[in-house]
Amino acid sequence: MNQITRLKLKTVLYLVIAALIGGVIGIGTFTFGYANGASYLKADSKSCANCHVMQGHFDAWVKSSHGKFASCNDCHAPHDNAVSAYYCKARNGFFHSLAFTTGDFEENLRITDYNRGVTEQACRKCHADLVHQIDILAVGELNKDSSERLESNSCIRCHSTVGHDT
Amino acid sequence: MKKQTGQITLSTLLLIVILSAGICFAMVALLTNIFERKQEGRSTIMRVVEIDDDTSDPAVWGKNFPLQYDDYLKTADMIQTTYGGSEAIPHVPTDEDPRDIVSRSKLELIPQLKRMWAGYAFSKDYREKRGHAYMLTDQLYTERQKVGQPGTCIHCHGSTYVAMKELGNGDILAGFEKLNTMPYSEAKEHIKHPVACIDCHDPDTMALRITRPAFMEGIAAYKATQGIKDYDVNRDASRQEMRSFVCGQCHVEYYFKGDQKRLTYPWSEGLTVDAAYEHFEKEEFKDWVHAETGAPMLKAQHPEFELWSQGIHARAGVSCADCHMAYKRVGAMKISDHHIRSPLLNVNASCGTCHKTSDQELIARTENIQTRHRKLVEVALDALMDLIDDINKAKKNGVSEDKIKEAQQWQRKATFYVDYVEAENSSGFHAGQEAARILAESIDFSRKGQKALR
Repeated sequence: MNQITRLKLKTVLYLVIAALIGGVIGIGTFTFGYANGASYLKADSKSCANCHVMQGHFDAWVKSSHGKFASCNDCHAPHDNAVSAYYCKARNGFFHSLAFTTGDFEENLRITDYNRGVTEQACRKCHADLVHQIDILAVGELNKDSSERLESNSCIRCHSTVGHDT
Repeated sequence: MKKQTGQITLSTLLLIVILSAGICFAMVALLTNIFERKQEGRSTIMRVVEIDDDTSDPAVWGKNFPLQYDDYLKTADMIQTTYGGSEAIPHVPTDEDPRDIVSRSKLELIPQLKRMWAGYAFSKDYREKRGHAYMLTDQLYTERQKVGQPGTCIHCHGSTYVAMKELGNGDILAGFEKLNTMPYSEAKEHIKHPVACIDCHDPDTMALRITRPAFMEGIAAYKATQGIKDYDVNRDASRQEMRSFVCGQCHVEYYFKGDQKRLTYPWSEGLTVDAAYEHFEKEEFKDWVHAETGAPMLKAQHPEFELWSQGIHARAGVSCADCHMAYKRVGAMKISDHHIRSPLLNVNASCGTCHKTSDQELIARTENIQTRHRKLVEVALDALMDLIDDINKAKKNGVSEDKIKEAQQWQRKATFYVDYVEAENSSGFHAGQEAARILAESIDFSRKGQKALR
């Protein structure tokens, strides 16, 4: 193979690669936009109902006791620092997308243990004054990560419907 | 090709091409999926055919409601649960019975039943219940047909609404009376389908409605016991009541009244087993005479509606459809699952709506109730066998006629009570404590029967 053909071949390949990479970026950008990707980086509760699977929860939340005061994120994302908040959003975002894409989920959704822990702590953020005393009475030791506290003195075991009754 | 510094090899280039092509492929797939999901959130019903009040063929309705129709067809599935459902048994087709699959014989599973029904058609052939899809064939080919059955049976084993209208020239009550008096072989000629859409749905609005005269009369009689006069079920029932009433059109205790063989639900005194028995006593009704003892007997049949009405779920306002036709999501639509089946085969959607716990736990809770129930049924059946033995002995030993008559009355009552929950399709679950009470009473009646012979 002589020098010139080799150069031409390379040029063609580079062009193909450039086109493909451009394609990836283009299609990726469009998909991201079409799926309202940016809305998930914000905290607007409406974006949680982008997928119709959450419409019922959203409708119930609007009418609930917490509908005027707490957003989805207020109860379903951690409040300790930005890293764990975005970890939670990324983790749930990934698994929700996976379930919704494959259709592999049950009719009556059940909260996972990880997310129950997040919500349980979220109650304590706003209702600290009240809950502090209860926690001390019930558990004694106020250790934030104490699983004992979540199991033995859980808010949402009784107050399971304050956010949305589904 | 010789590698030179600053240059990429051909194979690396190819790798990049393949990789980015793969990424593009995956992204377009995701994009399409998102597009589909967004579309799902939109349209619902597409009417492609006209349906009117004479369209009995469910396949025609299925053209407008394909999701519901597909699920409806699934009632042909045969699945066993621990205490219910049905097991498919191969059957060699004969001229008399062309079925190649039947369900297991309950007479073999529970031998006491044969004796309990001695002299009655049920001692010849009694099998596990199968899904709605089989209601017509299983009725046609049961060996109980050999005894000759009235046309009344078709009231619930087929889609009779349009047939009743035609026979009665638009008046379903007149058509109903005509069907009742025909022999079964004649009545079945008027019926083409098992229970279908039109038996529960208004064809214009799809609202639930009652089409069975026997239920209209029965529920009116029951409401009268509560002081409600002239109850018209299609005018007065709430939507949530309808979600049980449409099932109660057939899943009830019934009898054929008088020479007219008029299908009647014994609810003039109430919905309990005691009320039904009282009704039969007032009517001086008997289904057959017991072959061994000569007692005037009653046959109870599938009173699911009545037993459910005595249970905690009915009290909480939970309807039949809530558990047996649980809501399901198809795209963004919420529809009732028309694959009517045991909730134990669909636990998350059925029970999980209210009971926030795992499927395994819910099945365990249910089977706890059913296991205890089965044990009690065994005890009650054994007690009844003892009573039958004692009556037979007493007859041989020349015990007085009066005592034997009294014992026969107790046999009649004990049988009706145990049969009431045995024929009922929930193995006690629909009302666990009520079922246990009924069985306790049955055991007591058998004991009292034995005592009467002393």
